[in-house]
Amino acid sequence: MRIERREEVSVTALILAPFGAVLGALVLCAGLIAMAGVSPWVAYGEMLRGAFGSRLAVTETLTRASPLILTGLAAAVAFRARLWNIGGEGQFYMGALAAAALGHSVVVGLPLPAAWAVIALGAMAAGAVLLLIPALLRLRFGVDEVVTTLLLNFVALLFVGLMVEGVLKDPMAFGWPQSVPVAAGLRLPDLVPRSRLHVGLVLAVIVAGIIWLVQARTVFGAQTRAAGLNPGAAAFAGVPITATLAKVAILSGGLAGLAGAIEVLGPVGYVTTTLSPGFGYAGIVVAMLAALHPAGVVAASVFVATIFVGADAMSRATGVPSFIADVIMAVALLAMLVALLFATYRVRT
Amino acid sequence: MIAGAVGPVLELEGISKRFGALLANDGVTLSLKKGEVLALLGENGAGKTTLMNILFGHYAADAGAVRVMGRALPPGRPQAAIAAGVGMVHQHFTLAGNLTVLENIVIGSESLWKVGMNRDGAIRKIEDLSRQFGLPVDPMARVGDLSVGERQRVEILKALYREARILILDEPTAVLARPEAEQLFRILKGMAKGGLSILFISHKLHEVMGASDRVVVLRQGRVVAERVTAETNPAELAELMVGRAVARPKRQAHAAGAPVVVAKGLRVSRGGGMALDGVDFEVRAGEILGIVGVSGNGQAMLGRVLSGLARPEGGSLTFDGRDIARMTPRQAVRMGIGRVPEDRHAEGVVGDLAVWENAVLERLRDYARLGFVRRRAAMDYAEALIARFDIRGAGPRTRTRALSGGNMQKLILGRNLAAGPRFLLANQPTRGLDEGAIAAVHQELLQARAEGAAILLISEDLDEAVGLADRLQAIVKGKLSAPIAAEAADARKLGLMMAGVWGTADAH
Repeated sequence: MRIERREEVSVTALILAPFGAVLGALVLCAGLIAMAGVSPWVAYGEMLRGAFGSRLAVTETLTRASPLILTGLAAAVAFRARLWNIGGEGQFYMGALAAAALGHSVVVGLPLPAAWAVIALGAMAAGAVLLLIPALLRLRFGVDEVVTTLLLNFVALLFVGLMVEGVLKDPMAFGWPQSVPVAAGLRLPDLVPRSRLHVGLVLAVIVAGIIWLVQARTVFGAQTRAAGLNPGAAAFAGVPITATLAKVAILSGGLAGLAGAIEVLGPVGYVTTTLSPGFGYAGIVVAMLAALHPAGVVAASVFVATIFVGADAMSRATGVPSFIADVIMAVALLAMLVALLFATYRVRT
Repeated sequence: MIAGAVGPVLELEGISKRFGALLANDGVTLSLKKGEVLALLGENGAGKTTLMNILFGHYAADAGAVRVMGRALPPGRPQAAIAAGVGMVHQHFTLAGNLTVLENIVIGSESLWKVGMNRDGAIRKIEDLSRQFGLPVDPMARVGDLSVGERQRVEILKALYREARILILDEPTAVLARPEAEQLFRILKGMAKGGLSILFISHKLHEVMGASDRVVVLRQGRVVAERVTAETNPAELAELMVGRAVARPKRQAHAAGAPVVVAKGLRVSRGGGMALDGVDFEVRAGEILGIVGVSGNGQAMLGRVLSGLARPEGGSLTFDGRDIARMTPRQAVRMGIGRVPEDRHAEGVVGDLAVWENAVLERLRDYARLGFVRRRAAMDYAEALIARFDIRGAGPRTRTRALSGGNMQKLILGRNLAAGPRFLLANQPTRGLDEGAIAAVHQELLQARAEGAAILLISEDLDEAVGLADRLQAIVKGKLSAPIAAEAADARKLGLMMAGVWGTADAH
């Protein structure tokens, strides 16, 4: 048995790959659920009901999907350019922190759209800076950005801890380590009354559309792809490699930072060190399941949110630990890599 | 040459292999006798490499059998091929640069489970083999420090170390300069005299004529002819290989115009030494200046400077009187400087992008409005290039990787020539191309010359340089000889120039 590269990768195969991967992950994890003593049918049924079974469930799932779309886009635009940004989590926190700091006092008094714009730009800048540092280290000195971006996640989280225990600590929080809240008037309006779902979802979908347009139709998008696929040929053709990758880093870090901002301005209102249930890391899974396509990112975000929200409900109903959500995520990612392998290679006997 | 009594050591019978719609091998039958040097001749894409991969067990054939010494090899098992005494030297070497020669050679033949290895024994065996076959190499040297020619010797030694009696070489001279190639063929002939059997793959007629006893010509996956080398000639082989008569176009006499690009005393250092050391040349409108030399003497750096990728530290470089020593690739394109890079895959095109994207990659800004790519215009342009430069097997949306080397090169040439450049840098423009494609590229270069472009041709192929260039300069260790007229260039003179012996300038 041997593996040969396919001459032409079919688009159909690429579109089917994530569905196959998800199905494979669910089948494999069914075994684990059965080991926990619960019928997989029942467990997956509970999961679906928990994610979509009621108005509240649907809004919760979409609320969870909103920042995921942005962190997924952050990973996707970076990976397109072969910039391996594993630091979405840290960039998310830096964006969240910037949003809380700006939204608490700095922009209060500005007209609403301007205040939001300042917060968004500030959060994006905070996220961008955290990625720009490792990106420039890689471009200048060849430092592996997988390592630096990953480790900066911990630095960022500790920095958040320092802030919420220190200068940004909320004096009204009865000693809980949480940041000052954003001004009430600055919170994003709800999309559905009496739910946590806010206009951040609309924003995230619009951003996905913009990212698609930029990647597929602009000079910057073309240069990014060329630089990612073959830096030597891109440089020869006059694509400024350093500047292009720096721009990609700013975009990617900015998107993750924006995710942090909408989470703070939307459902939460302040920053804690547990603000993110791993949005940055899950964004990587989302990007891979989406095969780095912005439209796919939106769909994959909803799927990932379904698993997480559904797993909580399933856990309450059946007693299977909700950690199964992390397992399903991880297996889905691995299955996606295998599916991509089969899409690009064929096995011959 | 050695005929009769002994049966063939290697037989391929009715080998067929299909990749998707492509029938790469179609009932190929051939045999190799003991002590024989057999050449497998064919254009790129004729199925030579597929055939060798089947023979060595990298691929399993769809039909047919491989027999070594009369015994059939199980398909798809390289280990079985090695055990049967077949050694393969790949076009792209399979050596680990950070290991020593010794380690590279014994890797794979030593058992994984043995704790120590018999170092001294292995060294002795390697030294015996290198003496016996004239393959000098230091077993303790790090492979990364060796020249390409030396690495190839290591590959051959590796096969011999595993007791290979049949040696297969895939395009062995693709990476070698001519003197190295000639030395290699001397060694191979010696090995054949010593009783080994050798099968080498090539698309270069002169080496097939010079080194083989017998030639099998492959075209479109089929054996189209078999000749005893002594009874054929290059013209016949070329026609058999291509399927029609091909001739490289001839340069027409033509008066050169004013100097377009002038370099004076260009200097670039690299890692302690000088990559370019006081280089002077001028290229005039409507002429081709050929830079010849053994690879690694500064051609790459000269190409980088003229492409806008490297900056000289001293001397001057002008284009129409303007200083271009510090230009960027984008400025070069803007000014009307066309550039054909040395390596099409590494620098010429982005293989995973579509043909239309590569067509406009250098001038994206010209095909954009408000930062958006004007796709319709870009695709029309690509369509025009495909038609005008006869780029086969491609539409604007084809992935560029799917093009053959020759068509890829036509795309690169086309995007440079379409704008009617004042100056064209053609760095190894036909390396690795087959005869048909070479003729097409030469035709385009001569056409551009006739239209008044100044062309700097950097080439290791002397026939090409002498055939195309009006004047020639040799590059040796970063220094350029004085130019000579192509008419005055004979083999002896060029040989001396490329060895660094010059002093008389008889052109200008």
